[in-house]
Amino acid sequence: MIPEIGQFSLILAFCFAIVQGTLPLIGVWKNNAALSNLAVPAARTQFAFIAITFICLDYSFFANDFSVLYVASNSNSHLPLAYRLAALWGGHEGSMILWVSILALWTMAVTLFAKSLPETFRIRLISVMGMVSIGFLAFIIFTSNPFERLIPAALDGRDLNPLLQDPGMVFHPPVLYMGYVGFSVAFAFAIAALLDGRLDIAWARWTRPWTTVAWVFLTLGIAFGSKWAYYELGWGGWWFWDAVENASFMPWLVGTALIHSLAVTEKRDAFKVWTVLLSICAFSLSLLGTFLVRSGVLTSVHAFATDPRRGVFILLYLVVVIGGALLLFAWRAPKVGLGEKFDVVSRESMLLTNNVVLVAAAGSVLLGTMYPLLMDALGAGKISVGPPYFDAVFVAIMAPGLFLMGLGPLAKWKKASLPEISLRLRVAAVISVVSALLVPLIMGKLTLMTAVGVFLGIWVISTSLILLRNRIKTRQAATPNLLENIKGIPLAFYGMLLAHLGIGVFIMGVTLVKGYESEQDLRMDKNDVAKAGNLNFRFDGTQDIPGPNYMSTQGTFTVTSNGKVVAVLQPEKRFYPVQGSMMTEAAIQPGVVKDMYVSLGEPLENGAWSVRIYIKPFVQWIWAGAILMALGGVLALTDKRYRILNKKAAKEAQEALEAFEA
Amino acid sequence: MKARHKRFGLIAAGLILLVIATVLITKSFRSNLVFFFTPTQVEKGEAPKSGNFRIGGLVENGSLKRLPDGLHVQFRVTDTAKVMLVQYKGILPDLFKEGKGVVAEGKLNANGMFEADQVLAKHDENYMPPEAAAALKAAKDAKAKEGTK
Repeated sequence: MIPEIGQFSLILAFCFAIVQGTLPLIGVWKNNAALSNLAVPAARTQFAFIAITFICLDYSFFANDFSVLYVASNSNSHLPLAYRLAALWGGHEGSMILWVSILALWTMAVTLFAKSLPETFRIRLISVMGMVSIGFLAFIIFTSNPFERLIPAALDGRDLNPLLQDPGMVFHPPVLYMGYVGFSVAFAFAIAALLDGRLDIAWARWTRPWTTVAWVFLTLGIAFGSKWAYYELGWGGWWFWDAVENASFMPWLVGTALIHSLAVTEKRDAFKVWTVLLSICAFSLSLLGTFLVRSGVLTSVHAFATDPRRGVFILLYLVVVIGGALLLFAWRAPKVGLGEKFDVVSRESMLLTNNVVLVAAAGSVLLGTMYPLLMDALGAGKISVGPPYFDAVFVAIMAPGLFLMGLGPLAKWKKASLPEISLRLRVAAVISVVSALLVPLIMGKLTLMTAVGVFLGIWVISTSLILLRNRIKTRQAATPNLLENIKGIPLAFYGMLLAHLGIGVFIMGVTLVKGYESEQDLRMDKNDVAKAGNLNFRFDGTQDIPGPNYMSTQGTFTVTSNGKVVAVLQPEKRFYPVQGSMMTEAAIQPGVVKDMYVSLGEPLENGAWSVRIYIKPFVQWIWAGAILMALGGVLALTDKRYRILNKKAAKEAQEALEAFEA
Repeated sequence: MKARHKRFGLIAAGLILLVIATVLITKSFRSNLVFFFTPTQVEKGEAPKSGNFRIGGLVENGSLKRLPDGLHVQFRVTDTAKVMLVQYKGILPDLFKEGKGVVAEGKLNANGMFEADQVLAKHDENYMPPEAAAALKAAKDAKAKEGTK
């Protein structure tokens, strides 16, 4: 009964999405208040029905209802409860449900919190989001129904893929989707602005916080995924340039560009058309990511669907949404206008370079990701693009951008002076060059890559700190009290600072782990000792431990340094009988300076094992950097200036509108 | 220098940078393309003699053997028509199994053995890497063609 209720409310949600996506737009166009006022109630009703659908499906997982095909294929009665509930998004159909649920959540948020928008604009915005929803709901209903019954019911489920049985599964997909789908708000803003033919400072101010929230979620989602791959896949990698990772990384790059471009639009009324284009691109790449991951075109643990009908449907949907948006853009963009002019050397030009760099980087990732798919589709043979391509090209494109990151925030709007900026940054330059030589020497060996990496990392960090000092200094005359001075600086500034520091920390992590990680594959008998640097890893043998739905063989390694025990690591090899598969669970002792990482390979004769031992210097800095970036975004959001300005802008817009109508 | 000249200089510099970047990207892209071959194609000598490529197919049943050092493994990959011997040093992925699909990346050594530096087996019970599936299909099609002759 419950699954049928879920299915029924899914169809009702679809009906309300159609109402929400079409009638209010017609209402605004024809000036029919009755129709345009449907937007908010339709969106809220849609949200309610999607919520019912979600709860029904998750209830079926909770209740182990194996008469539902999707539950039977992705869950098992022995699966722990948290994973059973998360198994909802463990397969194709459910992850689509998660997608629309999050879209409905964002739409609901828009109806609740975007009160300050002018009425017609708000209606258009909500209606465009309804259109996005129509496509996805149709996709679920016609090609991927999660409530399909299995008759006769299975006695037990086929279990969730053991790779996915991890706390990461509970957080990573929803957070990532919050980011992906969150860009739909910026997208809807852009489309509504194009329909409106008006894009001003107030528009940018409304869009900014929404985009920032989505960006924060996307940043965290990608970081979670990377961390998960690091400890779960058992091979110590944190980024593989796998097509699925790239699919989430491209919207992030464009989204980052969008955040900066929006800042210019808000502060200077410039980059207007560009901002709109970026909004469209960010969401288009999110959709493309969904297509790449969910249509089964990829070789990956992420790819569930192999039904070609789904691929064709998503492809058509992509063409309609992206093509339609770009057509509208081509038609209406001239009306929006380019915006204010600026000098060759100015903060605007620096931010423009930042945007070009980020978009170029996203383009190079897109090339490497799509080219093999394209060749395959054209029947030109199967190829793959190796990670060295991404490493080389990505670093080469980003490096100049990262250097400019140091200059940009110090440059004045409209017209800046390079000599003045360089004078301010001379200390940072000296510190960065010295560390670029010193840090690699301390770590053991100096190579070009590590020197460049450390230089850029320290450069970003030190220039950010100089920026802060500079800010405090210029305010000193007005507020002599240092504490008050620091308190008086807007939170948005600190947010930017923190995010930039995060980039610096991230670069340091990547450089040092790439440059100085050590990896050994060994055969170890019981009581054998392996050396890694000044650490000794002693293998104390294995023991068998039963888990809830698996059997585990747990090894024990005692790590000593100069005779003192520094860590005891217990990697596992788990056997999941339902799917008949083995899983490697690495044991990691994380640290600020280095991670110790041990994973078990295979059992050899007489209790010996093949073992993999890694030392990963500074690897935690990678995720620490990402978390700092996200925190920076959160700080920027809590800036009280926003709320006040938002109210003010709303009042002004309302007055302008009233004056216009009168 | 007039502002106009300055602007022209900057635009020119930007264009030159763009050209250099494009050349470098294309070069790096070409040198990092990894092509895929089936065991039959390798047997026919279509695969590169030096340099990396990928092979795919099924791990032949009973072919997996561990060398005495405990770290090197050898196994045979088959597309059901032809078979090739693969050697790999290191720990095989969890999903690697005899009789299941596999994709390996590496190069041929002097003895014609495939030395893999990466073994991918990202499949589950009912999923096969597309490359491995393609290799099996190619061999099947070739057989069917011979049968009709």
